[in-house]
Amino acid sequence: MNSDVVISTRVRLARNLSDFPFPCKLNEKGKQMVVDKVETAIKESNSALSGEIQFLDLSKMNDAQRTSLVEHHLVSPEFISDTKGRALLVTKDNKISIMVNEEDHLRIQVIKEGFNLQETYSTADKVDTLLDENLKFAFNKKLGYLTQCPTNLGTGMRASVMLHLPALQRTRAIGRIAGNLSKLGLTIRGIYGEGSEPKGAMYQLSNQVTLGISEKAALENLKNITEQLVNQEKITRERLFESLETKDAVFRSLGILKYAKSISHDEAMKLLSNVRMGIAAGEIKEVSAETVDRLFTEIQPAALMVKENKRLSPEERDKIRAELISAAL
Amino acid sequence: MKCQKCGMREATTHIKTVTNGEYAQYELCSECAKEMGYTNIFSDMENEFSNFLGSFFGNALPARTQATRCESCGSTYNEIAKSGHVGCPDCYETFREQLLPSIRRIHGNTSHCGKVPHSLEYTEIKEDSQAESENEKNPEIKIKSLKAELEKAVKEQNFEKAAELRDKIKELEGK
Repeated sequence: MNSDVVISTRVRLARNLSDFPFPCKLNEKGKQMVVDKVETAIKESNSALSGEIQFLDLSKMNDAQRTSLVEHHLVSPEFISDTKGRALLVTKDNKISIMVNEEDHLRIQVIKEGFNLQETYSTADKVDTLLDENLKFAFNKKLGYLTQCPTNLGTGMRASVMLHLPALQRTRAIGRIAGNLSKLGLTIRGIYGEGSEPKGAMYQLSNQVTLGISEKAALENLKNITEQLVNQEKITRERLFESLETKDAVFRSLGILKYAKSISHDEAMKLLSNVRMGIAAGEIKEVSAETVDRLFTEIQPAALMVKENKRLSPEERDKIRAELISAAL
Repeated sequence: MKCQKCGMREATTHIKTVTNGEYAQYELCSECAKEMGYTNIFSDMENEFSNFLGSFFGNALPARTQATRCESCGSTYNEIAKSGHVGCPDCYETFREQLLPSIRRIHGNTSHCGKVPHSLEYTEIKEDSQAESENEKNPEIKIKSLKAELEKAVKEQNFEKAAELRDKIKELEGK
Protein backbone atom coordinates (compact mmCIF):
# COMPACT_ATOMS: atom_id res chain seq x y z
CA MET A 1 0.00 0.00 0.00
CA ASN A 2 1.25 3.47 -0.84
CA SER A 3 0.30 4.92 2.55
CA ASP A 4 3.30 3.02 3.93
CA VAL A 5 5.37 5.74 2.35
CA VAL A 6 3.02 8.61 1.42
CA ILE A 7 1.56 10.14 4.56
CA SER A 8 -0.46 13.02 3.18
CA THR A 9 -1.14 15.09 0.07
CA ARG A 10 -1.37 18.86 -0.06
CA VAL A 11 -2.36 21.36 -2.73
CA ARG A 12 -1.93 25.10 -2.35
CA LEU A 13 -3.19 27.82 -4.69
CA ALA A 14 -1.87 31.40 -4.62
CA ARG A 15 -4.38 34.09 -5.58
CA ASN A 16 -4.44 37.89 -5.42
CA LEU A 17 -7.15 40.50 -5.79
CA SER A 18 -6.59 42.57 -8.90
CA ASP A 19 -7.54 45.91 -7.34
CA PHE A 20 -5.05 45.86 -4.47
CA PRO A 21 -1.26 45.97 -4.29
CA PHE A 22 0.32 42.74 -3.01
CA PRO A 23 0.52 42.42 0.80
CA CYS A 24 4.14 43.69 0.90
CA LYS A 25 2.91 47.05 -0.43
CA LEU A 26 -0.31 47.15 1.54
CA ASN A 27 -0.83 49.00 4.83
CA GLU A 28 -2.87 47.65 7.70
CA LYS A 29 -6.04 49.38 6.56
CA GLY A 30 -5.70 47.98 3.04
CA LYS A 31 -5.05 44.53 4.43
CA GLN A 32 -8.19 44.74 6.51
CA MET A 33 -10.15 45.58 3.36
CA VAL A 34 -8.80 42.45 1.70
CA VAL A 35 -9.76 40.36 4.75
CA ASP A 36 -13.28 41.82 4.68
CA LYS A 37 -13.65 41.14 0.96
CA VAL A 38 -12.63 37.52 1.38
CA GLU A 39 -14.98 37.09 4.33
CA THR A 40 -17.90 38.55 2.37
CA ALA A 41 -17.10 36.44 -0.68
CA ILE A 42 -17.30 33.27 1.38
CA LYS A 43 -20.51 34.30 3.11
CA GLU A 44 -22.15 35.25 -0.18
CA SER A 45 -21.08 32.08 -1.91
CA ASN A 46 -23.99 30.30 -0.18
CA SER A 47 -22.07 27.07 -0.34
CA ALA A 48 -21.50 24.22 2.08
CA LEU A 49 -18.12 25.82 2.66
CA SER A 50 -19.55 29.00 4.15
CA GLY A 51 -21.14 26.92 6.89
CA GLU A 52 -18.07 24.85 7.63
CA ILE A 53 -15.29 27.38 7.48
CA GLN A 54 -14.51 29.57 10.47
CA PHE A 55 -12.38 32.63 11.09
CA LEU A 56 -9.54 32.23 13.57
CA ASP A 57 -8.36 35.43 15.19
CA LEU A 58 -4.61 34.95 15.47
CA SER A 59 -4.12 38.07 17.58
CA LYS A 60 -6.16 36.46 20.36
CA MET A 61 -4.00 33.34 20.47
CA ASN A 62 -0.87 32.82 22.54
CA ASP A 63 2.52 31.93 21.03
CA ALA A 64 2.18 28.21 21.63
CA GLN A 65 -1.24 28.06 19.98
CA ARG A 66 0.07 29.93 16.97
CA THR A 67 3.18 27.74 16.68
CA SER A 68 1.00 24.69 16.92
CA LEU A 69 -0.83 25.86 13.75
CA VAL A 70 2.54 25.67 11.99
CA GLU A 71 3.24 22.21 13.39
CA HIS A 72 -0.12 21.07 12.04
CA HIS A 73 0.95 22.45 8.62
CA LEU A 74 -2.01 24.83 8.55
CA VAL A 75 0.06 28.00 8.23
CA SER A 76 3.64 28.93 7.39
CA PRO A 77 6.08 30.10 10.08
CA GLU A 78 6.15 33.45 8.28
CA PHE A 79 2.40 33.84 8.69
CA ILE A 80 2.45 33.84 12.51
CA SER A 81 5.49 36.13 12.78
CA ASP A 82 3.24 39.16 12.35
CA THR A 83 -0.49 38.72 12.75
CA LYS A 84 -1.54 42.32 11.97
CA GLY A 85 -3.99 42.53 9.08
CA ARG A 86 -3.92 38.79 8.60
CA ALA A 87 -6.62 36.20 8.95
CA LEU A 88 -6.87 32.47 8.85
CA LEU A 89 -9.96 30.65 7.70
CA VAL A 90 -10.11 26.97 8.40
CA THR A 91 -12.72 24.20 8.28
CA LYS A 92 -13.46 22.28 11.47
CA ASP A 93 -11.65 19.18 10.25
CA ASN A 94 -8.53 21.26 9.36
CA LYS A 95 -8.66 19.92 5.79
CA ILE A 96 -9.28 23.23 4.02
CA SER A 97 -7.59 26.45 5.07
CA ILE A 98 -7.16 29.91 3.60
CA MET A 99 -4.39 32.23 4.72
CA VAL A 100 -5.25 35.85 4.00
CA ASN A 101 -2.42 38.35 3.47
CA GLU A 102 0.52 36.07 3.85
CA GLU A 103 2.85 36.47 0.84
CA ASP A 104 -0.21 36.65 -1.42
CA HIS A 105 -3.71 37.91 -0.64
CA LEU A 106 -5.02 34.36 -0.58
CA ARG A 107 -3.38 31.04 -0.09
CA ILE A 108 -5.93 28.28 -0.46
CA GLN A 109 -4.73 25.01 0.99
CA VAL A 110 -6.22 21.54 1.06
CA ILE A 111 -4.68 18.60 2.93
CA LYS A 112 -5.79 14.99 2.60
CA GLU A 113 -4.45 11.81 4.15
CA GLY A 114 -2.52 9.35 2.01
CA PHE A 115 -1.65 9.66 -1.67
CA ASN A 116 -4.51 11.49 -3.29
CA LEU A 117 -3.38 14.23 -5.67
CA GLN A 118 -6.37 14.33 -7.97
CA GLU A 119 -8.98 14.53 -5.24
CA THR A 120 -6.99 17.06 -3.23
CA TYR A 121 -6.59 19.31 -6.23
CA SER A 122 -10.23 19.06 -7.18
CA THR A 123 -11.26 20.27 -3.69
CA ALA A 124 -8.86 23.23 -3.92
CA ASP A 125 -10.11 23.94 -7.43
CA LYS A 126 -13.70 24.03 -6.18
CA VAL A 127 -12.85 26.48 -3.40
CA ASP A 128 -11.03 28.66 -5.93
CA THR A 129 -13.93 28.60 -8.39
CA LEU A 130 -16.32 29.51 -5.59
CA LEU A 131 -14.22 32.51 -4.52
CA ASP A 132 -13.68 33.50 -8.14
CA GLU A 133 -17.40 34.20 -8.45
CA ASN A 134 -17.26 37.04 -5.95
CA LEU A 135 -13.63 38.17 -6.10
CA LYS A 136 -11.69 39.53 -9.06
CA PHE A 137 -8.38 37.70 -9.16
CA ALA A 138 -5.29 39.29 -10.70
CA PHE A 139 -4.65 37.43 -13.94
CA ASN A 140 -2.72 38.00 -17.11
CA LYS A 141 -3.27 35.91 -20.23
CA LYS A 142 0.43 35.33 -20.70
CA LEU A 143 1.65 35.06 -17.11
CA GLY A 144 -1.43 33.42 -15.59
CA TYR A 145 -2.38 34.19 -11.99
CA LEU A 146 -0.22 37.08 -10.80
CA THR A 147 1.63 36.54 -7.53
CA GLN A 148 3.91 38.61 -5.34
CA CYS A 149 6.82 36.28 -6.01
CA PRO A 150 7.43 35.34 -9.66
CA THR A 151 8.18 31.75 -8.59
CA ASN A 152 4.41 31.18 -8.22
CA LEU A 153 3.23 32.77 -11.50
CA GLY A 154 1.03 30.78 -13.84
CA THR A 155 -1.19 28.27 -12.09
CA GLY A 156 -0.12 29.48 -8.63
CA MET A 157 -0.35 25.82 -7.69
CA ARG A 158 2.05 24.06 -5.40
CA ALA A 159 1.13 20.39 -4.99
CA SER A 160 3.07 18.24 -2.57
CA VAL A 161 3.21 14.84 -0.98
CA MET A 162 4.60 14.14 2.47
CA LEU A 163 6.84 11.10 2.26
CA HIS A 164 8.40 8.83 4.86
CA LEU A 165 11.73 7.74 3.36
CA PRO A 166 13.78 6.11 6.11
CA ALA A 167 15.41 3.50 3.87
CA LEU A 168 16.47 5.97 1.18
CA GLN A 169 17.79 8.26 3.91
CA ARG A 170 19.77 5.51 5.61
CA THR A 171 21.35 4.31 2.38
CA ARG A 172 22.11 7.96 1.48
CA ALA A 173 20.32 7.60 -1.86
CA ILE A 174 18.22 10.66 -1.17
CA GLY A 175 20.97 13.18 -1.99
CA ARG A 176 21.48 11.71 -5.43
CA ILE A 177 17.73 11.62 -6.06
CA ALA A 178 17.31 15.25 -5.00
CA GLY A 179 19.82 16.37 -7.61
CA ASN A 180 17.90 14.62 -10.37
CA LEU A 181 14.51 15.89 -9.24
CA SER A 182 15.33 19.53 -9.87
CA LYS A 183 15.84 18.68 -13.54
CA LEU A 184 12.27 17.40 -13.61
CA GLY A 185 10.83 20.61 -12.17
CA LEU A 186 10.36 19.15 -8.68
CA THR A 187 11.92 19.79 -5.28
CA ILE A 188 12.33 17.64 -2.22
CA ARG A 189 13.07 18.94 1.26
CA GLY A 190 12.94 17.78 4.86
CA ILE A 191 9.79 18.60 6.81
CA TYR A 192 11.29 18.65 10.29
CA GLY A 193 14.58 20.44 9.79
CA GLU A 194 16.61 20.92 6.65
CA GLY A 195 20.05 19.43 5.97
CA SER A 196 21.12 16.00 4.85
CA GLU A 197 19.18 14.07 7.50
CA PRO A 198 15.80 15.63 8.30
CA LYS A 199 14.26 14.36 11.52
CA GLY A 200 11.91 11.41 11.28
CA ALA A 201 13.00 10.88 7.63
CA MET A 202 9.97 12.96 6.63
CA TYR A 203 10.22 14.70 3.28
CA GLN A 204 8.06 16.91 1.17
CA LEU A 205 8.12 16.47 -2.60
CA SER A 206 6.52 19.28 -4.60
CA ASN A 207 6.33 20.82 -8.06
CA GLN A 208 8.60 23.79 -8.59
CA VAL A 209 7.53 25.07 -11.99
CA THR A 210 4.12 26.75 -12.18
CA LEU A 211 4.27 28.71 -15.42
CA GLY A 212 3.79 27.04 -18.79
CA ILE A 213 2.59 23.76 -17.32
CA SER A 214 -1.09 23.09 -16.67
CA GLU A 215 -2.36 21.92 -13.30
CA LYS A 216 -3.17 18.55 -14.81
CA ALA A 217 0.29 18.04 -16.28
CA ALA A 218 2.04 19.19 -13.10
CA LEU A 219 -0.04 16.78 -10.99
CA GLU A 220 0.61 13.94 -13.42
CA ASN A 221 4.33 14.62 -13.30
CA LEU A 222 4.35 14.72 -9.49
CA LYS A 223 2.30 11.52 -9.35
CA ASN A 224 4.70 9.64 -11.62
CA ILE A 225 7.79 10.68 -9.72
CA THR A 226 6.16 9.95 -6.36
CA GLU A 227 5.29 6.45 -7.53
CA GLN A 228 8.88 5.88 -8.59
CA LEU A 229 10.20 7.14 -5.26
CA VAL A 230 7.73 4.95 -3.35
CA ASN A 231 8.94 1.95 -5.34
CA GLN A 232 12.58 2.74 -4.68
CA GLU A 233 11.88 3.18 -0.98
CA LYS A 234 10.02 -0.14 -0.81
CA ILE A 235 12.74 -2.09 -2.60
CA THR A 236 15.38 -0.57 -0.33
CA ARG A 237 13.33 -1.37 2.77
CA GLU A 238 12.97 -4.99 1.73
CA ARG A 239 16.71 -5.23 1.37
CA LEU A 240 17.29 -3.61 4.74
CA PHE A 241 14.88 -5.98 6.45
CA GLU A 242 16.84 -8.99 5.21
CA SER A 243 19.38 -8.22 7.92
CA LEU A 244 18.88 -8.91 11.60
CA GLU A 245 20.42 -5.52 12.35
CA THR A 246 17.43 -3.62 10.91
CA LYS A 247 14.85 -5.80 12.66
CA ASP A 248 16.74 -5.41 15.92
CA ALA A 249 16.88 -1.61 15.55
CA VAL A 250 13.15 -1.43 14.82
CA PHE A 251 12.12 -3.45 17.89
CA ARG A 252 14.63 -1.70 20.16
CA SER A 253 13.08 1.58 19.05
CA LEU A 254 9.64 0.34 20.01
CA GLY A 255 10.97 -0.81 23.38
CA ILE A 256 12.54 2.54 24.21
CA LEU A 257 9.45 4.49 23.12
CA LYS A 258 7.23 2.27 25.26
CA TYR A 259 9.26 2.44 28.45
CA ALA A 260 11.28 5.67 28.41
CA LYS A 261 10.49 8.16 31.18
CA SER A 262 12.01 11.15 29.40
CA ILE A 263 12.66 11.52 25.70
CA SER A 264 13.99 14.39 23.57
CA HIS A 265 12.34 15.57 20.37
CA ASP A 266 15.25 14.34 18.22
CA GLU A 267 15.32 10.88 19.75
CA ALA A 268 11.54 10.47 19.62
CA MET A 269 11.43 11.46 15.94
CA LYS A 270 14.17 9.01 15.06
CA LEU A 271 12.63 6.11 16.97
CA LEU A 272 9.09 6.79 15.70
CA SER A 273 10.49 6.73 12.18
CA ASN A 274 12.02 3.29 12.83
CA VAL A 275 8.77 1.98 14.31
CA ARG A 276 6.75 3.28 11.37
CA MET A 277 9.07 1.44 9.01
CA GLY A 278 8.64 -1.72 11.13
CA ILE A 279 4.85 -1.45 10.93
CA ALA A 280 4.92 -0.99 7.15
CA ALA A 281 7.16 -4.04 6.79
CA GLY A 282 4.67 -6.11 8.77
CA GLU A 283 7.21 -6.76 11.54
CA ILE A 284 5.41 -4.72 14.21
CA LYS A 285 1.74 -5.64 14.42
CA GLU A 286 0.56 -4.31 17.78
CA VAL A 287 0.82 -0.61 16.78
CA SER A 288 -0.90 1.05 13.83
CA ALA A 289 0.71 3.51 11.39
CA GLU A 290 -2.07 6.02 12.17
CA THR A 291 -1.04 6.07 15.83
CA VAL A 292 2.56 6.80 14.87
CA ASP A 293 1.53 9.51 12.39
CA ARG A 294 -0.59 11.17 15.06
CA LEU A 295 2.35 11.05 17.51
CA PHE A 296 4.65 12.71 14.96
CA THR A 297 2.45 15.82 15.24
CA GLU A 298 1.52 15.59 18.92
CA ILE A 299 5.07 15.36 20.26
CA GLN A 300 6.19 18.65 18.67
CA PRO A 301 7.17 21.24 21.33
CA ALA A 302 4.33 23.73 20.78
CA ALA A 303 1.72 21.00 20.43
CA LEU A 304 2.75 19.68 23.86
CA MET A 305 2.40 23.12 25.42
CA VAL A 306 -1.01 23.68 23.84
CA LYS A 307 -2.15 20.33 25.18
CA GLU A 308 -0.89 21.13 28.71
CA ASN A 309 -2.04 24.71 28.32
CA LYS A 310 1.12 26.21 29.88
CA ARG A 311 4.73 27.07 29.10
CA LEU A 312 7.08 24.12 29.57
CA SER A 313 10.83 23.91 30.02
CA PRO A 314 12.67 21.46 27.72
CA GLU A 315 13.03 19.00 30.66
CA GLU A 316 9.31 19.13 31.40
CA ARG A 317 8.53 18.62 27.71
CA ASP A 318 10.76 15.54 27.50
CA LYS A 319 8.96 14.00 30.47
CA ILE A 320 5.45 14.73 29.14
CA ARG A 321 6.47 13.56 25.68
CA ALA A 322 7.63 10.20 27.08
CA GLU A 323 4.35 9.80 28.98
CA LEU A 324 2.28 10.65 25.91
CA ILE A 325 4.12 8.16 23.70
CA SER A 326 4.10 5.39 26.23
CA ALA A 327 0.36 5.80 26.78
CA ALA A 328 -0.32 5.68 23.03
CA LEU A 329 1.76 2.55 22.42
CA MET B 1 26.52 35.13 -38.70
CA LYS B 2 22.80 35.40 -38.01
CA CYS B 3 21.31 34.93 -34.57
CA GLN B 4 20.42 31.27 -33.94
CA LYS B 5 17.18 32.15 -32.21
CA CYS B 6 15.47 34.71 -34.45
CA GLY B 7 17.55 34.04 -37.57
CA MET B 8 17.17 37.69 -38.57
CA ARG B 9 19.52 39.99 -36.72
CA GLU B 10 23.30 39.73 -36.68
CA ALA B 11 24.64 37.60 -33.79
CA THR B 12 26.72 39.67 -31.41
CA THR B 13 26.62 37.62 -28.24
CA HIS B 14 28.46 34.35 -27.87
CA ILE B 15 27.12 32.10 -25.08
CA LYS B 16 28.64 28.93 -23.69
CA THR B 17 26.60 27.07 -21.10
CA VAL B 18 26.80 23.85 -19.15
CA THR B 19 23.30 22.79 -18.13
CA ASN B 20 22.88 19.55 -16.17
CA GLY B 21 26.33 18.53 -17.36
CA GLU B 22 25.56 19.16 -21.02
CA TYR B 23 27.67 21.65 -22.90
CA ALA B 24 25.97 23.99 -25.37
CA GLN B 25 27.02 26.97 -27.45
CA TYR B 26 24.82 29.71 -28.91
CA GLU B 27 25.29 32.68 -31.20
CA LEU B 28 22.63 35.25 -30.40
CA CYS B 29 21.72 38.81 -31.28
CA SER B 30 21.58 41.24 -28.40
CA GLU B 31 17.77 41.29 -28.34
CA CYS B 32 17.40 37.53 -28.10
CA ALA B 33 20.22 37.30 -25.57
CA LYS B 34 18.42 39.81 -23.40
CA GLU B 35 15.18 37.91 -23.70
CA MET B 36 16.86 34.71 -22.64
CA GLY B 37 18.39 36.36 -19.61
CA TYR B 38 22.00 36.57 -20.78
CA THR B 39 22.34 40.34 -20.78
CA ASN B 40 24.42 41.10 -17.81
CA ILE B 41 26.38 38.06 -16.90
CA PHE B 42 28.45 39.78 -14.24
CA SER B 43 25.62 41.30 -12.28
CA ASP B 44 25.03 37.99 -10.49
CA MET B 45 28.36 38.51 -8.77
CA GLU B 46 27.51 42.04 -7.81
CA ASN B 47 24.37 40.71 -6.23
CA GLU B 48 26.13 38.04 -4.23
CA PHE B 49 25.18 39.70 -0.97
CA SER B 50 21.62 40.56 -1.79
CA ASN B 51 18.97 38.16 -0.60
CA PHE B 52 18.24 34.89 -2.32
CA LEU B 53 14.99 35.87 -4.00
CA GLY B 54 16.35 39.23 -5.02
CA SER B 55 19.09 37.52 -6.94
CA PHE B 56 16.49 35.98 -9.24
CA PHE B 57 16.23 39.41 -10.77
CA GLY B 58 19.97 40.06 -10.76
CA ASN B 59 20.60 39.58 -14.45
CA ALA B 60 18.23 42.23 -15.58
CA LEU B 61 19.27 45.28 -13.59
CA PRO B 62 18.68 48.18 -15.95
CA ALA B 63 20.42 51.50 -15.67
CA ARG B 64 18.22 53.72 -17.74
CA THR B 65 14.75 52.82 -16.42
CA GLN B 66 15.63 53.09 -12.76
CA ALA B 67 13.42 56.10 -12.27
CA THR B 68 10.26 54.50 -13.67
CA ARG B 69 7.68 53.94 -10.98
CA CYS B 70 4.66 51.70 -11.16
CA GLU B 71 1.66 54.00 -11.36
CA SER B 72 -0.47 51.76 -9.17
CA CYS B 73 1.79 51.05 -6.21
CA GLY B 74 4.83 53.31 -6.66
CA SER B 75 7.41 50.51 -6.78
CA THR B 76 10.56 51.02 -8.80
CA TYR B 77 12.24 48.14 -10.54
CA ASN B 78 15.24 48.50 -8.23
CA GLU B 79 13.02 47.99 -5.19
CA ILE B 80 11.58 44.84 -6.70
CA ALA B 81 14.99 43.49 -7.64
CA LYS B 82 16.32 44.19 -4.17
CA SER B 83 13.47 42.68 -2.16
CA GLY B 84 12.37 39.95 -4.55
CA HIS B 85 8.80 41.15 -4.02
CA VAL B 86 6.76 42.44 -6.92
CA GLY B 87 4.61 45.35 -5.68
CA CYS B 88 1.26 44.82 -7.35
CA PRO B 89 -0.39 43.09 -10.35
CA ASP B 90 0.28 46.13 -12.56
CA CYS B 91 4.04 45.94 -11.92
CA TYR B 92 4.11 42.88 -14.19
CA GLU B 93 2.92 45.15 -17.00
CA THR B 94 5.05 48.19 -16.08
CA PHE B 95 8.29 46.22 -15.66
CA ARG B 96 7.45 43.47 -18.10
CA GLU B 97 10.67 43.70 -20.10
CA GLN B 98 12.88 43.65 -17.02
CA LEU B 99 10.99 40.84 -15.31
CA LEU B 100 10.67 38.47 -18.26
CA PRO B 101 14.27 37.18 -18.28
CA SER B 102 14.03 36.32 -14.57
CA ILE B 103 10.68 34.62 -15.05
CA ARG B 104 12.13 32.60 -17.89
CA ARG B 105 15.03 31.52 -15.71
CA ILE B 106 12.72 30.39 -12.91
CA HIS B 107 10.16 28.52 -15.01
CA GLY B 108 11.90 27.92 -18.34
CA ASN B 109 8.74 29.26 -19.94
CA THR B 110 6.74 32.48 -20.04
CA SER B 111 3.34 31.40 -21.36
CA HIS B 112 0.63 30.34 -18.98
CA CYS B 113 -1.38 27.23 -19.61
CA GLY B 114 -4.00 25.95 -17.22
CA LYS B 115 -6.90 27.37 -15.27
CA VAL B 116 -8.34 30.77 -16.23
CA PRO B 117 -10.63 32.90 -14.00
CA HIS B 118 -14.32 32.75 -14.68
CA SER B 119 -14.59 36.38 -15.85
CA LEU B 120 -11.80 36.02 -18.40
CA GLU B 121 -13.15 32.78 -19.75
CA TYR B 122 -16.34 34.60 -20.52
CA THR B 123 -14.75 37.57 -22.31
CA GLU B 124 -12.54 35.33 -24.37
CA ILE B 125 -15.44 33.34 -25.68
CA LYS B 126 -17.22 36.56 -26.49
CA GLU B 127 -14.23 37.92 -28.40
CA ASP B 128 -13.97 34.75 -30.44
CA SER B 129 -17.60 34.70 -31.42
CA GLN B 130 -17.41 38.36 -32.33
CA ALA B 131 -14.48 37.72 -34.64
CA GLU B 132 -16.35 34.90 -36.27
CA SER B 133 -19.50 36.89 -36.83
CA GLU B 134 -17.45 39.61 -38.49
CA ASN B 135 -16.12 37.02 -40.87
CA GLU B 136 -19.64 35.90 -41.54
CA LYS B 137 -20.61 39.43 -42.39
CA ASN B 138 -17.84 39.68 -44.93
CA PRO B 139 -18.49 36.84 -47.41
CA GLU B 140 -15.46 37.75 -49.51
CA ILE B 141 -13.09 36.80 -46.70
CA LYS B 142 -15.04 33.66 -46.06
CA ILE B 143 -15.00 32.64 -49.73
CA LYS B 144 -11.29 33.26 -49.92
CA SER B 145 -10.57 30.99 -46.96
CA LEU B 146 -12.93 28.34 -48.29
CA LYS B 147 -11.18 28.42 -51.65
CA ALA B 148 -7.84 27.90 -49.96
CA GLU B 149 -9.30 24.95 -48.09
CA LEU B 150 -10.71 23.55 -51.32
CA GLU B 151 -7.33 23.74 -53.00
CA LYS B 152 -5.79 21.88 -50.09
CA ALA B 153 -8.49 19.23 -50.15
CA VAL B 154 -7.95 18.64 -53.86
CA LYS B 155 -4.22 18.35 -53.34
CA GLU B 156 -4.82 15.76 -50.64
CA GLN B 157 -7.25 14.02 -53.00
CA ASN B 158 -9.96 14.36 -50.37
CA PHE B 159 -12.72 14.75 -52.94
CA GLU B 160 -15.58 14.25 -50.56
CA LYS B 161 -14.51 17.30 -48.57
CA ALA B 162 -13.75 19.20 -51.77
CA ALA B 163 -17.27 18.70 -53.04
CA GLU B 164 -18.66 19.94 -49.76
CA LEU B 165 -16.50 23.06 -49.88
CA ARG B 166 -17.37 23.72 -53.53
CA ASP B 167 -21.08 23.69 -52.66
CA LYS B 168 -20.49 26.11 -49.80
CA ILE B 169 -18.58 28.52 -52.05
CA LYS B 170 -21.30 28.35 -54.68
CA GLU B 171 -23.91 29.12 -52.08
CA LEU B 172 -22.01 32.16 -50.81
CA GLU B 173 -21.22 33.49 -54.30
CA GLY B 174 -24.83 33.05 -55.27
CA LYS B 175 -25.85 35.45 -52.51
